[in-house]
Order: sequence, then C-alpha cells, then structure tokens
Amino acid sequence: MATVETRALRKRFDGVAAVDGIDLPVREGEFLVLLGPSGCGKTTLLRMIAGLETPSSGDVLIDGRVVTPLPPRERNMAMVFQSYALYPHLTVADNIAFPLKAHGMRGAEAAERVQRAAAMFSIERLLKRKPRQLSGGERQRVALARAVVREPVVFLLDEPLSNLDAQLRSAARDELQQFQRRLGTTTIYVTHDQIEAMGLGDRIAVLDHGRIHHLGTPREIYADPADTFVATFIGSPPMNLVETDDIITGFRPEQFMPIEALPADEPVRRFTLDVGRVEYLGADRLVYGTLAPPLPPSRVIARLPAGPELPVSTGERHEFAVRERDLRHFDRASGRRVN
Amino acid sequence: MSTSAITIKRWAARGGHFGLLAAFVAFSAFPFYWMLITTFKETNDLLATANNPFLFNHPPTLEHLRVLVVDTQFVRWLGNTTLVGVSVVAITLLLAVPAGYALARLAGRWGQQMAIGIFLTYLIPPTILFIPFSRIIASLGLQDSLWSLVLVYPSFTVPFCTWLLMGFFKAIPRDIEEAAMMDGYSRFGAFLKVVVPNCSAGILTAVIFAFTLVLQEFVYALTFITSSSQYTVSVGVPTFLVRGDVYFWGSMMGACLIVSVPIAIVFNLFVDRFVAGFTVGAIK
Repeated sequence: MATVETRALRKRFDGVAAVDGIDLPVREGEFLVLLGPSGCGKTTLLRMIAGLETPSSGDVLIDGRVVTPLPPRERNMAMVFQSYALYPHLTVADNIAFPLKAHGMRGAEAAERVQRAAAMFSIERLLKRKPRQLSGGERQRVALARAVVREPVVFLLDEPLSNLDAQLRSAARDELQQFQRRLGTTTIYVTHDQIEAMGLGDRIAVLDHGRIHHLGTPREIYADPADTFVATFIGSPPMNLVETDDIITGFRPEQFMPIEALPADEPVRRFTLDVGRVEYLGADRLVYGTLAPPLPPSRVIARLPAGPELPVSTGERHEFAVRERDLRHFDRASGRRVN
Repeated sequence: MSTSAITIKRWAARGGHFGLLAAFVAFSAFPFYWMLITTFKETNDLLATANNPFLFNHPPTLEHLRVLVVDTQFVRWLGNTTLVGVSVVAITLLLAVPAGYALARLAGRWGQQMAIGIFLTYLIPPTILFIPFSRIIASLGLQDSLWSLVLVYPSFTVPFCTWLLMGFFKAIPRDIEEAAMMDGYSRFGAFLKVVVPNCSAGILTAVIFAFTLVLQEFVYALTFITSSSQYTVSVGVPTFLVRGDVYFWGSMMGACLIVSVPIAIVFNLFVDRFVAGFTVGAIK
C-alpha cells in the first residue's frame, strides 16, 4: 500500500500538451478513477505514473519519494493493459509467474504464489493453456492474476473492461471492486465509461484537454460539478444548462418535474416547457422539449417515472419546475461553478 | 438439388482438391527424385537415349559418390561452406536483429525513410560492388581466404534480413513489451524475454535466407578464392565436376542432394511456424 502523487506533471507531444500540469494526490488504499473522453490525456497520465512515458516536466511521487527518473521496474507497480498484453508464447501459469521470475523468485514459493493468484480469480483449470485458447473474460482474469501475484504497492488499470461484452462487464466490475477492497491496494483506473467510474471509484478525477476539471467522490461530481464540462460529461442524459445573461443555470433531468409533482411549500424555479417528444424507456420517460419565452429557447430533457401519473404529451405546453436547492449556477465566461 | 447430386459434387470437389495437391507435390518433389536417381545411376544407363530416364535400367551404383568424396575435396568444401555459412548467419543476426527492432520501434518518418534506405541497398547489383570489394579484400590481405566471403556476404544478408525482421517486430504489440517492463525487466530484458521468443519465425527465416545465400553464391566465391582447398561447394562442384565438355552428372547431382536435403528438412520441420509467422504479420 502506498500513496501516489503527481506534481505539476506535464507531457508535450510535438508541442501539444497531452497532460498539462496535473497535481493529483492519490490516497493510500484508494480506488481512484481517471475519467475523460478519448484524447483527454488520462492514459498518458497513467503511463507517466507507471514510468512508461517520461514527463516533460513535473514529478511523480510514491510514498512521498520522487520516482520520476526511475524505470518502471523500480517502482513496484503492476499494470493491466487494455489489450491485457498476455505473453503469447507462455502458458497461463508462466504468464502469472513472469513477474516473479523477473524478480528472481523461482521454485516452490513461486509455484505457490501462482496457485494463490490463480485461485483468487478462479482460473486454476486454465493454467496449462496458452493465451490464444482463452476467451476475453478469461484473458482479463489472467492479466489481473499476473498483476496481483507480485503484491505490488499500486495497481494501474488502463480500461481493463473495455474489451469485454456488456454482460460480462458488469460482473467483472463487481469482481474487480471486491478484490481491490480485499487487498486494499492503491489503485488508479483509467476509463472513458462514466458508469464504470461511478460504480468503482472512491474518488473520480474528471479530465479534459490534459487538465483535471474536478476531483471528488462520485456523489460530489454528480451533484456539484465543478464546471459545465463535468456537468455535461457526467450523467446520461447530461445536466440541462440554461443560459441567461452572464450566468448558466444547470439542473439534472430527474430534478426537472411538472409543477404538480413538487410540494407547494418548497421554493422552486418555474420553467414553461414546449414538449417536443416523449421517449418511453420502461422504468422512465424522457421528455425532450424547448423552454418557452421569455427564456432563450434552450433544449432541455426531463426524466420522469414511466407510470400513468404526471401525464405529459407531445406538443403541449406544460409548466415544469426545479427545487431552488437543486439548481447549480456557472459563470458564463469561464464555465466554473459560482455559488 | 437431389442428395446424390450433392454427393457427387462433394466427391468432385474433394477429387479436385487432391488432384491439385498431388500436382504440387510432384512438382516440388521431382527435382529431388531426379537428383536421387541420377546420383545412383551408372553413367551408361544415364546417357543411353533408349533407356527409360525415370527408372534404373542397370543396377544402382555408388561410384559417383566415391568420385565425389575420394577424388575431389568435396568434404573439405562442405566444411568450408559450413564455416562461412555459420559465420555469416551469426554476423547477420547480430546486426539485423537489433537494427530491425530499432527500425520497427523508431517512431516517425525518420525511421520509415531509413528503413526504405536500407532496403534500397539490397537492390544494388552485386556486380557494381565488385571493384570496391576486391580493393577492400586486397588491402585487408584476405585474398584466397574464406574470411573474405565472411566479410562480403553480410553486405547482402544484413539489409534484407533487417527489412524482413522489421516486419516481424512491427507485428509484436508494444503492450507486451511494456508489460514485461512493468513486470520487472529493463527494455533489453523485455526484448530478450518477450520480443525475441515471439519472433522466432522471423529469426528462423533470416537464418535460412542467410545460409542458403552462402550455399548458392557463386561469383564472389569464384573471384576471391583461388586455391581449391579454400573453395565452397558452389564453386568446387562445377569447377571439378565439369571438365571441358564432360559433365560428371552423377557426382554433381550427389553433391546437390547432400547440400539441399538438410535445408529442405529444416524448412519442413518449421514450415508451420513460418506460415503462422507470416499470417500473424499479415493480419495485425
């Protein structure tokens, strides 16, 4: 277990900053998710922490010690790659034993550790196979077993679930979280999938254009986004944003309700909505509409329960409202949240 | 379509398949058969136009092999060829493996252009290189020495094998190298432990290419080497087994057989590796 920290970490590729001055403190035993759209610099950041990429400036610290000049092998971290990066010429057992051999451990102790790691992911019966004889889910487990076998101080995971099909993914997510909780090893996890990030992370760092826009718990990031990028990147459908004068007002679709659904004694902000389309999604309805004058004609979405109460139909003009305490305000010029 | 028609069609397809395979096998195996039968045929049998050329019309003989081994220095030449072959293969691998790897991993246009440049050197006809090479060999005092060949042959094998190996190295994902570095190896350690074992088909191809080039090369071996004890097989056999207009066909075919069969066997042992290696390179 260890803390990881980056200080003013920068990486330029051909004059373009892929990572643009990131200060990221990762706590001991924490599951930290780096979340962002593709090209936001999250993988480059992870690779600099791993030592696979040399920073243009700034430092990486493990347990308070600067490791920036050290090669990957001297950082005692384990990494799971998006492609799993299993060694095709070795059996599963040799794949798992590979990091042990690299550190000079052989014989009975190594064999026992391989057994234990394999048991942790229930892949004992696969030990004699080669990677090409495994399914995607099995490969992912082998990659994880190879990562834990050496008992590293930090796990780095680069979109490890993105090659799995949707069904397998939720099971794998569950398993991943369980094993991280059990080992208590500091984990940094890169993904572009916000459901993964919300479900797995103790804290999430939302990145875009090489900068951290918001670092916080999933709850904080969803409820109180630091700026309009985070507000619209997190949540599906995203936060509604309404521009008035020099302020942007934001509210989540599920907080945007017909006026009759809100208690009369609570302070609310009213909006008149021209309903464009109602989408039925089983448990929910999504109501797409445009705000009526005097507000600018912003397109907004409301998420309502699918039941027969609160009838809303296409083409009608309906009074909607949001509780005052659910409104968030952002500066129009900078996009930052204002109170 | 009725079931019987389908059955007939299936049998026809299978027949065609086997017919094609049989034709290929005959085409590939015929030179070996011809060498084999000629090696053990009496010269009278061989030259008589009335005889069936595909069969032994007289009893087989070992006379041609005796001529080859006893009357010429064939065994010596084999030894020379092996020495040159092994040295050239070693030099080629020593230079082409790191060069191919570096070119495969060197990012950007620079690496690409250097790779093309290296390939272009292979296209320079050897005849143009003759005069500079003989000057170099002379100034090094290597005339009439096998070492002159050990020095000259890598000038064709290294560029070609570098190019060939570069393709194989490119097919190996960077991820597995980086995984090995995370797992505790240096970049060089990762190269030895992960890249080289996954590139065995490419390295084997380079070895066979370099070795067969040594076996067949004639012009340089003829020019740089004058004494018969220093000959390689490719020069010694035509020099000593063609006397004026008399061809010692039996002994010549025997020599060819002895040289080509080991290569054919090695190739067949690893043929599935080659095919696998090439298709991996093709797809990804």
